[in-house]
Amino acid sequence: MSHGEMPKLKPRSFEYIRAESLEDVFQVLDEQGDEAKIIAGGQSLMAAMNMRFAAPETLVDVADIIEMRGIHLNGDMLRIGAMSRHSEVLASEDVATHAPIIFQAMPQIAHPAIRNRGTFGGSLCNADPASELPACALAAQAIFNIQSSVGSRSVAAVDFLEGTYATCLKANEVLISVDVPIATANTRTFFDEVARRHGDFAMAGIAAQAEISGGVIGQASLVYFAVSEMALRSDAASAMIEGQRIDDLDVEAVCDALAIDIHPFEDLTTSGEAKMHLLKVLTRRALAALTDGQG
Amino acid sequence: MTQQTAVTLNVNGEAISALIEPRLSLADFLRTKAGLTGTHVGCEHGVCGACTVRIDGATARGCLILAIQCQGADIETIEGVADSGSISDLQENFVERNALQCGFCTPGMLLTADELLKENPDPTRDEIRENLSGNYCRCTGYQSIVDAVEITAKQRREGA
Repeated sequence: MSHGEMPKLKPRSFEYIRAESLEDVFQVLDEQGDEAKIIAGGQSLMAAMNMRFAAPETLVDVADIIEMRGIHLNGDMLRIGAMSRHSEVLASEDVATHAPIIFQAMPQIAHPAIRNRGTFGGSLCNADPASELPACALAAQAIFNIQSSVGSRSVAAVDFLEGTYATCLKANEVLISVDVPIATANTRTFFDEVARRHGDFAMAGIAAQAEISGGVIGQASLVYFAVSEMALRSDAASAMIEGQRIDDLDVEAVCDALAIDIHPFEDLTTSGEAKMHLLKVLTRRALAALTDGQG
Repeated sequence: MTQQTAVTLNVNGEAISALIEPRLSLADFLRTKAGLTGTHVGCEHGVCGACTVRIDGATARGCLILAIQCQGADIETIEGVADSGSISDLQENFVERNALQCGFCTPGMLLTADELLKENPDPTRDEIRENLSGNYCRCTGYQSIVDAVEITAKQRREGA
């Protein structure tokens, strides 16, 4: 191809609107519904459009929406704007201090050049079953703040995530920010995943958070991702550690309990059995790390 | 043909204006509108890193961002940083260590490595590998690339 000649372009044609305000965004969504798609960092959407898995009529760019920016403390919550870039979240001292599970997960998310563009809210709205942040949101019991032209609502992570690439967002709604309950002195967190190359999609992963004091585990969540249709808290395994004394913890029984409510899918590279094996390995690592020095 | 939109991007310090379709990626804009073919297009879905450029000072995938999203932004390509001499030491060490063979990945490798060295002047080999993990090289086996980045880091620390 000589200079100046146009290449064959991968995405289907679309209209591009750079919204200047939330009202601009709502107007497009109200008029076009499912035909319009919000673009934040675009690090998943553009790849999907280049492969024509996604072919929206209109792209609404929310890069300039001030209400969706910023990371700040709001009472006992850390509010993370949906347009916060992964690199901003990773560099935030507030995130490191008050939302340690997210801080621990951040370096595992893709690669630096992707983290410079990809956004916190975009990753959550994309709801890829192999992505890290939905699992963190479940483990930390985050609250999702959603707005449309007719009002706003806040939903728990467990209600926001509905399935593979599926959330509770309606076609006219926008995720504005996410509130993460701030960690206490008793909060212990652990995040880990197994991937074939650093930054690649995980084969299996865990986000674990527990309140531990006086050698006893209080509220706890063991959340698993990249193994089924969406990130899932194992209620069975979590229940087996809640209320337990650390000294009495039966790690293998917790691992065996995973089979009650986690049923790993086979994917292109990894069998369901192999994924279950990895989940148990990750669970042992998590319990060792959560309880280290707490007995 | 879809409607064309006028955009102006500041590419290596020079304003480049063009009429484009909204679906034109930044990488294709640079190659076809700015005539800067050092930004390579490999996988076009964010995996290989060959299209890495700097947008407002931070590295990004040229294939995963639209040129129209970069209206008014400062873009730096391998041509820009090569001409300015700001990474000439890194380039020389890539040659010295045979850290390239076909060269397809090299522009992306250089920009990614340079960003690491600015943020972390004394990276371990593991940190270098982790940082470059988003850039595929199918020739070298990476060892020599890590060598070149490590040597550059050492030279920059000693020179500073």
